[in-house]
Amino acid sequence: MAELFIFFEQIYRILFLLIPVLVSVAMIVWLDRRVWAFVQKRRGPNVVGPFGLFQTLADALKYIFKEIIIPASSNKVIFILAPIVTMTLALIAWAVIPFSETFVLADINVGILYLFAVSSLGVYGIIMGGWASNSKYPFLGAIRSAAQMVSYEVSIGVIIINVLLCVGSLNLSDIVLAQKDLWFVIPLFPMFIIFFISALAETNRPPFDLPEAEAELVAGYQTEYSGMMYAMFWLGEYANILLMCAMGSILFLGGWLSPIDLFPFNVIPAPIWLILKILFLFILFALIKAIVPRYRYDQLMKLGWKIFLPFSLIYVVLTASFLMYFDLLPGN
Amino acid sequence: MSLIRFFKTIFMIDFLTGLIMAIKEIFKTKKTINYPFEKGSISPRARGEHALRRYPNGEERCIACKLCEAVCPAQAITIESSEREDGSRKTTRYDIDMLKCIYCGLCEQSCPVDAIVQGPNFEFATETREELYYNKEKLLENGDRWENILAANINADSSHR
Repeated sequence: MAELFIFFEQIYRILFLLIPVLVSVAMIVWLDRRVWAFVQKRRGPNVVGPFGLFQTLADALKYIFKEIIIPASSNKVIFILAPIVTMTLALIAWAVIPFSETFVLADINVGILYLFAVSSLGVYGIIMGGWASNSKYPFLGAIRSAAQMVSYEVSIGVIIINVLLCVGSLNLSDIVLAQKDLWFVIPLFPMFIIFFISALAETNRPPFDLPEAEAELVAGYQTEYSGMMYAMFWLGEYANILLMCAMGSILFLGGWLSPIDLFPFNVIPAPIWLILKILFLFILFALIKAIVPRYRYDQLMKLGWKIFLPFSLIYVVLTASFLMYFDLLPGN
Repeated sequence: MSLIRFFKTIFMIDFLTGLIMAIKEIFKTKKTINYPFEKGSISPRARGEHALRRYPNGEERCIACKLCEAVCPAQAITIESSEREDGSRKTTRYDIDMLKCIYCGLCEQSCPVDAIVQGPNFEFATETREELYYNKEKLLENGDRWENILAANINADSSHR
């Protein structure tokens, strides 16, 4: 009986996290389109619901009623599995995101490692989708995306080492609490910029949206997908973007901490601060989508391996020596 | 690479300039109109949905000369005519296949009595193809509905004809 109670309590907690995440993914798609339109002096979706807020729900409804076409020559099991994998991996990562001191689904000690591992696994959904389609454009898109995501994960990994050196713990709540006096965005500012650009590449956002470059690859790995399966890829992609924004705000912008511990700021509940920070990063994502042209593929690889990786490695050495010299290493 | 270029790249000056410009653009007035609620202006010569006009006394203008049928490049117009009791020649059938029509406006130009005209209405989408096979009743009804605007448009354009 007690086990059953715990089981249902966990289910309740998972749903309490997942449903807001899914709703906010829908809202974020709307926000993305709206910001993009505003920069181009258009209006964007503004008809369905107040300010067009329900546009994504209408789109999802349309996708649900559309026919799912499975190519005859595709590997059907993997073809169907690919969007499910993308969506699932984008959602399970939210388990470790701390929304406040107490509100975290799984407060595990290797939180950041888990987050990093899950976001790395995200590439599998894309590779599976591209390969199982058995068609040239999805395949090329999948290859590009695999190479791109793997390259930029290396620099994200090194950037995370920078943060970990300053914290001394892999627990995400500890990482947030370590920023009580000083957000890491100040001492590690170059790392924050590189993290942000790598996050753009990691989530296949412009200017690094080569895997789905319309001009060359139709829609990349999504070419053969239709109906709800396409919508799942699409939602998974945006859930990943949101996750990357959450990761950026936890690692560098102090997570759920308020900017200053003064009266008007510290009465606002902690989750609101995290949401505001995620929104700030996401609006930057959307603005960048509107203003930058797409990178060439060799430039993308050069940026990842020849600039970001060495620079972040040097910064690790700098951070480590600084902390050693001034005896600031955590745990001492 | 010159030193200035190098520092511009490192500090992403060009990118930041673009970002600031994008943020400024957000608050400017929109260039697009809010379509179904707000419509753009239409020229008097706009070639939209067809209409058959009447004289103010209610008599049909069309004299069944079949010039429009002859000039129609898409052969979308079909006319049949007969003599009426009072000796005037009138159409018994005037059909336009709006799916064939290319909206070139030649029928309007060829008409000697300004009977067939193309009005300002361009929002006549239907759910079935059959609804777009317009017959005489439909065209006359259009003429009655849009008469004010059609007369004003013809008047506005008359000095250029």
